[in-house]
Amino acid sequence: MSANADPHRPHIAVCPGCIAAPDGPVEAAPTEARLALSLPTIHCQACISKVERGLADVPGIRSARVNLTLKRALIEADPDLHAADLIPVVEGLGYEAHELDLAQLSSTQTDRVGRDLAMRLAVAGFASMNVMLLSISVWSGASDATRDMFHWISAAISLPAVAYAGKPFFVNAWSALRVRRLNMDVPIVLALLLALVTSLWETSLSGEHAYFDAALTLTFFLLAGRYLDQRTRAVARSAAEELAALEVPRALRVVDGEETEVAVTELAIGDHVRVRPGGRMPVDGVIVEGQSELDRSLLTGETVPVFASAGQVVSAGEVNLTGPLMVQATAVGEETSLHRMADLVAIAESGRSRYTSLADKAAKLYAPGVHILSALAFVGWYLWTLDLRTALNIAAAVLIITCPCALGLAVPAVTTAASGRLFKRGLLIKNATALERLAEVDTVVFDKTGTLTEGAPAVTNLGDHSRRDLEVALALAEASSHPLAQALARAVQSAGIKPARVSDVVELPGFGTEGQLHDQTVRLGRLEWVGGTPVEATAAYLDAGDGKIRVFTFADSLRAGAEEAVAALQAAGKQVVLLSGDTEGPVAALATRLGIANWTSAALPEDKLERIHALTADGHKVLMVGDGLNDTAALAAAHVSISPATALDAARVASDVVLLGRDLAPIAEACTTAQKATRRIRENFRLATAYNVIAVPLAIAGLATPLIAALAMSLSSITVSLNALRLR
Amino acid sequence: MTVISYLIPISLILGGLGLAGFVYTIRSSQYDDPEGDSRRILSDDWDEHPKP
Repeated sequence: MSANADPHRPHIAVCPGCIAAPDGPVEAAPTEARLALSLPTIHCQACISKVERGLADVPGIRSARVNLTLKRALIEADPDLHAADLIPVVEGLGYEAHELDLAQLSSTQTDRVGRDLAMRLAVAGFASMNVMLLSISVWSGASDATRDMFHWISAAISLPAVAYAGKPFFVNAWSALRVRRLNMDVPIVLALLLALVTSLWETSLSGEHAYFDAALTLTFFLLAGRYLDQRTRAVARSAAEELAALEVPRALRVVDGEETEVAVTELAIGDHVRVRPGGRMPVDGVIVEGQSELDRSLLTGETVPVFASAGQVVSAGEVNLTGPLMVQATAVGEETSLHRMADLVAIAESGRSRYTSLADKAAKLYAPGVHILSALAFVGWYLWTLDLRTALNIAAAVLIITCPCALGLAVPAVTTAASGRLFKRGLLIKNATALERLAEVDTVVFDKTGTLTEGAPAVTNLGDHSRRDLEVALALAEASSHPLAQALARAVQSAGIKPARVSDVVELPGFGTEGQLHDQTVRLGRLEWVGGTPVEATAAYLDAGDGKIRVFTFADSLRAGAEEAVAALQAAGKQVVLLSGDTEGPVAALATRLGIANWTSAALPEDKLERIHALTADGHKVLMVGDGLNDTAALAAAHVSISPATALDAARVASDVVLLGRDLAPIAEACTTAQKATRRIRENFRLATAYNVIAVPLAIAGLATPLIAALAMSLSSITVSLNALRLR
Repeated sequence: MTVISYLIPISLILGGLGLAGFVYTIRSSQYDDPEGDSRRILSDDWDEHPKP
């Protein structure tokens, strides 16, 4: 029975291409699994061999290949092997390894575009070299039949080469013309076509000047610009994809008491999902079983964990801290509050697309100018000589000489250099115009939790406690994975204190840990459970058995480079603002410490967005730095935005620049680099214009020869590229 | 001048060979990992015989 005849699947095979698209879960078991691991610490040949050999020894692996450029290992293995099984193997070899979700890595697609451009670039390059060889013989004195033959051979090479290599320009120009607009590609295509047509005509009449070499070098230089542009964006995209792929979206679905690991996309409303301590909520839902604490800082900016027990509503994105929870899903996938936030972003984003890049501005001036100039030259010469051939030749010369070779290279050459430099410092430029926008910034708005601070607590009053108390606290804290307990344990350990001999230590998820010391019960945990008088700050309470309650207070530790970044930005004359969803106490303390006069606490996502709008309305160009879901709308609304790599996926998507390292200091440097880059771009435009100012009058006067055209084109392109390299 | 009737085809063929070589390297993904490939030459894993 054919698929078409099956009445239950009427929508299949509407078009031939649709057949390939899977219509549901694929039935046939895959015979092979493709896995990917991210290996951030590999750096040399020995690492490659060690990892490849180590992986090849694992039974079930068919092949493993390390890519050092991407710091990734691609593995083909038996279908029952999971990446989670391989991580210990690689870690055993001494390298850090993380699982990558291959579905997120669509680098093969970006690869195809890059390869395609490289191929066209190569064809244009080889063809232009051959034609240039023939042209040089013509310029150095070949005449009559020899010259004609050289011209014909050049034509035979140029026509197919330009037709193939110039395809991206033809396609772009056509799509612009179809909607009655002009872009940079329209004059390019016109110059190419006119050059080829007039040259062919000249050749057939045994004329002296043919511009075949110009048409090809033009294509070559312009393709080089496109290729650089594409490469920069591909690097940024593949790094951004890798960040997304590091968060493998899996969840534990529980059916009749049995756990199965499924992709988050497969979850349905009503499903029971188990969330282990340390795991992130995959769905919006209601807790049906278990007690724990939730870290909601990515959603609200609050640093204090929230107590959670059965019946409480949870949102996707919250992190479960202490005890395992069973959650019944009430909203999944696109319906979760996490995704609804992302819709806010889409609305805010539409405002930003109004930004016109420098290249667009230049093109807007350039494209009509060139057309008018060349048309005027044509009409003028035609009226003057009444000779169509001369007039057309001169119009073609004007178009070729004014061709935007240098303009086409001016922006990509600089952005490639600048992005490369910033990437080395740990900044990933995701958006093509981000650098230009970053250069204009005069106000910087920071989020607090997770951006200026680590989002992880540190003990502030360790010195107030006796050694005995600390020993008891350490023994109890070590038994818990709660972030406050962990921070306390780390701090006490680093003070060189050994744990007391506390027996029968048990953790009560959501409350704290409890144990026996000299037949007395000791407790470390929440205020409501331990007792005692509440304090203002984030705190853990210790009952060391004698009924007296000790309080450990915590504050969020400052992120490395935060002080330097804020100081450098203020020194550069930028206004720095702190907007946080956290309570007043910690926000005020942080603002004083960093010297930020302008701060707001307890800001809701809408407040942040409004504040950004207000600043923008006052004529400020705002840089927003934030990581949480509560920041995403503000990130998208700001003139330009930066988020750390630890941010939620939605926040990273909304921002133009991603900070890959832990250090904040590169932010200030990015602003300076962006300013320098924009200055270089403007310089390049001026350089390109200067060449035109010299060469265009020659062309209009009818004095331009193919040699002059070739010289002007190559010289301007090379100067522009060299000027871009000065950025380093 | 008859020499150019040999030289021109030769130059075109040589150029074409270079181009064909480049197309081959792109098709066989030789630019996917430039950093790794430049270091793999230091490995002595397959010095005795080629990788099967």
